[in-house]
Amino acid sequence: MIDKKIRVLAAKVGLDGHDRGIKVIAQALKDAGMEVIYTGIRQTPEQIVEIAIQEDVDVIGISILSGAHLQLLPRVTELLRKEEADDILVVAGGVIPQEDFAFLKECGIKEVFTSGTLTGDLIKFIKENIIKRE
Amino acid sequence: MFEKDKLEQLHKRKVAWGKTLEKTLGKNPERKEQFFTDSKILLDTIYTPLDLINFDYEEKLGLPGEYPFTRGVQHNMYRGRLFTMRQYAGYGNAEETNKRFHYLLEQGQTGLSVAFDLPTQLGYDSDHPLSRGEVGKVGVAIDSLQDMEILFEGIPLDKVTTSMTINSPAAIILSMYLALAEKRGIPFAKLSGTIQNDILKEYVARGTYIFPPEPSMRLITDIFSFSGKHLPSWNTISISGYHIREAGSTAVQEIAFTLANGIAYVDAAIKAGLDVDQFAPRLSFFFNAHLNFFEEIAKFRAARRVWARIMKERFGAANPRSMMLRFHTQTAGCTLTAQQPLVNIIRVAFQALSACLGGTQSLHTNSYDEAFSLPSEHAVSIALRTQQVLGYEIGVTDTVDPLGGAYFIEYLTDKIEEEVMNYIIRIDELGGAVKAIEEGFMQQEIHQSAYEYQKEIENGKRVVIGLNKFVTKDEEPIKLAKSSPAVEEYQKEKLKKLRQERNNEKVTAVLNHLYNAAQSSENLVPIFIEAVKAYATVGEICNVLRDVFGEYRQQVLL
Repeated sequence: MIDKKIRVLAAKVGLDGHDRGIKVIAQALKDAGMEVIYTGIRQTPEQIVEIAIQEDVDVIGISILSGAHLQLLPRVTELLRKEEADDILVVAGGVIPQEDFAFLKECGIKEVFTSGTLTGDLIKFIKENIIKRE
Repeated sequence: MFEKDKLEQLHKRKVAWGKTLEKTLGKNPERKEQFFTDSKILLDTIYTPLDLINFDYEEKLGLPGEYPFTRGVQHNMYRGRLFTMRQYAGYGNAEETNKRFHYLLEQGQTGLSVAFDLPTQLGYDSDHPLSRGEVGKVGVAIDSLQDMEILFEGIPLDKVTTSMTINSPAAIILSMYLALAEKRGIPFAKLSGTIQNDILKEYVARGTYIFPPEPSMRLITDIFSFSGKHLPSWNTISISGYHIREAGSTAVQEIAFTLANGIAYVDAAIKAGLDVDQFAPRLSFFFNAHLNFFEEIAKFRAARRVWARIMKERFGAANPRSMMLRFHTQTAGCTLTAQQPLVNIIRVAFQALSACLGGTQSLHTNSYDEAFSLPSEHAVSIALRTQQVLGYEIGVTDTVDPLGGAYFIEYLTDKIEEEVMNYIIRIDELGGAVKAIEEGFMQQEIHQSAYEYQKEIENGKRVVIGLNKFVTKDEEPIKLAKSSPAVEEYQKEKLKKLRQERNNEKVTAVLNHLYNAAQSSENLVPIFIEAVKAYATVGEICNVLRDVFGEYRQQVLL
């Protein structure tokens, strides 16, 4: 079997324009051999899920630094369930206080990465948790 | 500056000294093979007069308050008045933020700086679908003049200076401030403050753009023109390198791209028929104070000199005030760590010191808990106290440009100037800043630097205490500020009521007027003032402009 490349959607949800982190991560994942699609800033949960399904990705990495993570991140996972695409691994990062982690994980966000995360750790996490899709 | 035979003597001595050093290095190698600044300027072991052989004091430094302003923009700098201590603040609704403003002023803060929430910055009202979850989060929610009235309740507009971080809708928010002053009977001439109003860096780094470049530049020149006539003490723009640096640029890129943007604004204003010496004295700047201490100090000094030369030589400005680069500084948010957060207090203190030694006009010091959320009151007060220690206790404000003339600082200042000019020439060749941004040149340069920076952290070349060195396990969590979830509903209710109670016919009439004027070349600021006085909302006004101007779509580059 040929090992298919891991496909990742790097996404920015909400209204904040901080894209340094997501772009650095996207580049690092590319350098680690993954295929990465970057959405650009200010995407809605609906747009993100649509692109994810269209592009048939294995992973969605969402960056948010606006503080609206409690409203917007659960919406992404909810829409994925609705589209029966909840086998896609969803991880999030940005300025997110620790006390919100538990709720986000309950909603289906597999892991929350905050400021100071090494890209190496993220790559390892993706490889260990990914469900390869047919 | 130095006598020739003495330099020759020194040169010989340095050669001999170098041989001795080399011998000891065989036994005790240095900590690194090579030492670089953050902008990748290679550093020597020692700097001497030999590094400043053709240094012309008069040409490069002069005296403070005089061209080329390398040593500072005022004659006596902080001996007269300290830098303005200006903490960026705003969250929730206008009522809560008004309370924080009063608290900060009571704590000895000397100027206000308003943070607006993202819907306000993007021209959406609090009840817009895209505002969901974002209302009052990163700043205060302002929908109409009513919110502005509450925000400045009990604050004398003719006594404080107010800085407002607002870009795409800058003219609308400024109009609200003016309408409020008018209501209180304060003449415009007595108002002093700043609007950020810098759209170009929004496309490059910060992301709160609404309209395409051309109409955006027109809104900016409308403000320049209106302010030139009516607002003698208002800074009409704060051309910002801060966010460019936060997005990952080096110090050299920060200055180069900011000044290139500055050139584009001056060009646009001249093209719009304004006289350079009319508007240029009211241009202001905003920079980042990052970790590499000496490079930061040299950066501020170089920026002043480069801008002075550009204004004089490129634009033929005659008024010395047109050549003065006055700037606000904020410490680097991106250097704060979530690990061992109290260590951030120390980082911020050193960064603030570099801004002070670099001659900043005003300063925001970050709070130690900003890697987690908006700052708590405790964290903000420590940040403000840091500025007060700097200003009042340690004597660095008692003489002007105390590091001026240091061999290393002057060498670095020259080097940064040279590299900044190389970038500006490249951007000119690309057709100017607007073109360079549309083609993604600045964005890609910044991304490259950001990626390099991250790689250095990951391979340990760049030490971040608490993150990749001196790591502590099992840290105690710190107490964070909590935002109240009720803000959004409250704000929506307020809007609903406002729309019922105001004179809607008047609103429609003024918005129609705006629609027509936006298609002509009429100055829009007086119409914005009429519109906000009728309690038209930020969203309603921006929707009219969206209809006429269209919206900017980011080119996704990776």
